[in-house]
Amino acid sequence: MSNRKLNLKDKYRLLTRDLEWEYSYRDYEEIFKQESFEGIKITDWSKWEDPFRLTMDSYWKYQAEKEKKLYAIFDAFAQNNGQQNVTDARYVNAIKLFLTGVSPLEYQAYNGFAHVGRQFGGVGARVACQMQSLDELRHVQTQIHAMSHYNKHFDGFQEFPHMHDRVWYLSVPKSFFDDARSAGPFEFMVAIGFSFEYVLTNLLFVPFMSGAAYNGDMATVTFGFSAQSDEARHMTLGLEIIKFMLEQHEDNVPIVQRWINKWLWRGYRVLTLVAMMMDYMLPNKVMSWQESFEVYFEEAATSLFKDLARYGIEMPAYAATAIEEKEHLSHQAWSIFYNYGHAAAFHTWMPTDQEMDWLSEKYPNTFDKYYRPRYEKWREMEEAGERYYNPTLPMLCQTCQIPMGFTDMENPTLTSYRQSEYDGERYNFCSDGCKDIFDHEPEKYVQSWLPVHQIYQGNCGGAEMEDVLGEYYRINLGVDNLDFHGSPDEERWNAWHNLQPAEDKLKEAS
Amino acid sequence: MAVAAITENYVGERLDRVENFHGNQVLYIGWDHHLMFCAPVAFPVSPQAPFRQVLEELIPGAFSLHPEFGEIDWDEVQWHLNGEPFTPDMDATLAEQGIDHKSAVRFATPGLNGIKGCGS
Ligand SMILES: [Fe+2]
Ligand SMILES: [Fe+2]
Ligand SMILES: [Zn+2]
Repeated sequence: MSNRKLNLKDKYRLLTRDLEWEYSYRDYEEIFKQESFEGIKITDWSKWEDPFRLTMDSYWKYQAEKEKKLYAIFDAFAQNNGQQNVTDARYVNAIKLFLTGVSPLEYQAYNGFAHVGRQFGGVGARVACQMQSLDELRHVQTQIHAMSHYNKHFDGFQEFPHMHDRVWYLSVPKSFFDDARSAGPFEFMVAIGFSFEYVLTNLLFVPFMSGAAYNGDMATVTFGFSAQSDEARHMTLGLEIIKFMLEQHEDNVPIVQRWINKWLWRGYRVLTLVAMMMDYMLPNKVMSWQESFEVYFEEAATSLFKDLARYGIEMPAYAATAIEEKEHLSHQAWSIFYNYGHAAAFHTWMPTDQEMDWLSEKYPNTFDKYYRPRYEKWREMEEAGERYYNPTLPMLCQTCQIPMGFTDMENPTLTSYRQSEYDGERYNFCSDGCKDIFDHEPEKYVQSWLPVHQIYQGNCGGAEMEDVLGEYYRINLGVDNLDFHGSPDEERWNAWHNLQPAEDKLKEAS
Repeated sequence: MAVAAITENYVGERLDRVENFHGNQVLYIGWDHHLMFCAPVAFPVSPQAPFRQVLEELIPGAFSLHPEFGEIDWDEVQWHLNGEPFTPDMDATLAEQGIDHKSAVRFATPGLNGIKGCGS
């Protein structure tokens, strides 16, 4: 017996190709039932190039080292009362949004990759997906641990998985992933592996992680660093699956193009939450949504799609709309949450004078013209003791499930309405992207669990909104929700910092 | 187009059939260029309700917090139903004038341009 040490490449070959066997008493189609129904044609799995070669033993060793360091930082953060050293208690609302809206997606990604990691005939693709699924499970665990310390000192963290399944705005990320996971394995890979992990990931993670760094949140920053090397692998897998499908058969090109159009639009709509987080929820700003969008989408996607042009793939269909919306998106999103701040599990507020000036500077074409007067009115109402909350539930888009707060870019104060009739019923949408997605697969989206309609059908607890919010959503009313000003979060924060109102402190600090 | 699905002739459950709303239908109402209300609003309302009820109960309930609400000249208001110009009949029911389940009604108030004219 030879005792020779294997190099990584040989080890990986043994882990993947060499563990595969010939199927002698069952048909291939029976074993890999989901490989062909989407219309994707694979002629030769041996052409699959392993995006990243990592064997189980090196995976465990490497991740264990990373996690040891990570948990040491979490411990230090807790021991040093790190929660008192963030810039301002308002910041913590950004990570409430992360824990309720994003961390459960890591769990969904774990489920999704574990599932497709069984469905592909190519063993290399199967192993790569299984590896990613392990990463995603670690991500959800480490994120929960990173944020659990805040749960001891701030409100709104305690019911995050329950809320993810029920609360109106969380139905946006949830239904996005449900849509991807209920698609076939190749579409899932375009949706999550390529569109989300490859194209949009920097727009999601950089703002949260740099936001944490700029605002003194060492726990979250450290999580970000520890996930970075995983994300690099996920991006490589996302790109490999696209290239592999496109190289396998020319009939795959139009299918892949349609999925790219769909999933970049779906993903971009989910990122509405990130846009408002960047521009409104970070006391110390990193960059504006517009700036981030220009760097991480406009520039990066343009060069990516130039590369993919040789396969016949074009710029995603609705990219132009997303680009047009960049000067409005975050303001429209924050307005939605300010309107429905009584129904959210985190706090909302009006920007300070300085923050308004920052917004004017970053959005010279839109902020003063469309949004500042609205905010000044809301501030006036608040000062008069009549903080504005919208008394009626909003109309939602059938596809993205976001309240219809987006406007037509030619007429930016006019709501964008789109409608389809299908099988004798009307369906309403926020955009051409969302309408086209519905029109292509209406039988899927007639099933949308729209929170407002569910409330009106009586499926969300009692008849009163208090029952829906308190019992069904499990929001601690008057504690987790409403304006930051006057919240128990603010009160505790002021007590830690010698009763100085947070607002004054911010002004002094800069 | 049919959904690409592992079962043939895949049919999805229609979650928002009008039968599920206990005798009501859903009506959406939006006030053009008044984005202090971030999105159009949704109401459960009887298809047998006269339009007058929309005007006298639902619309004030939703929009009266706006400083311009009291200034609206309702004779000058321009209405759209599901994207088409339309003139409501105050005494006819919603059903009688084609306002069916999940219809969107928009109204514009010429001359009133929102807070400081900014469309809010
Ligand atoms: Fe992840
Ligand atoms: Fe990832
Ligand atoms: Zn939409």
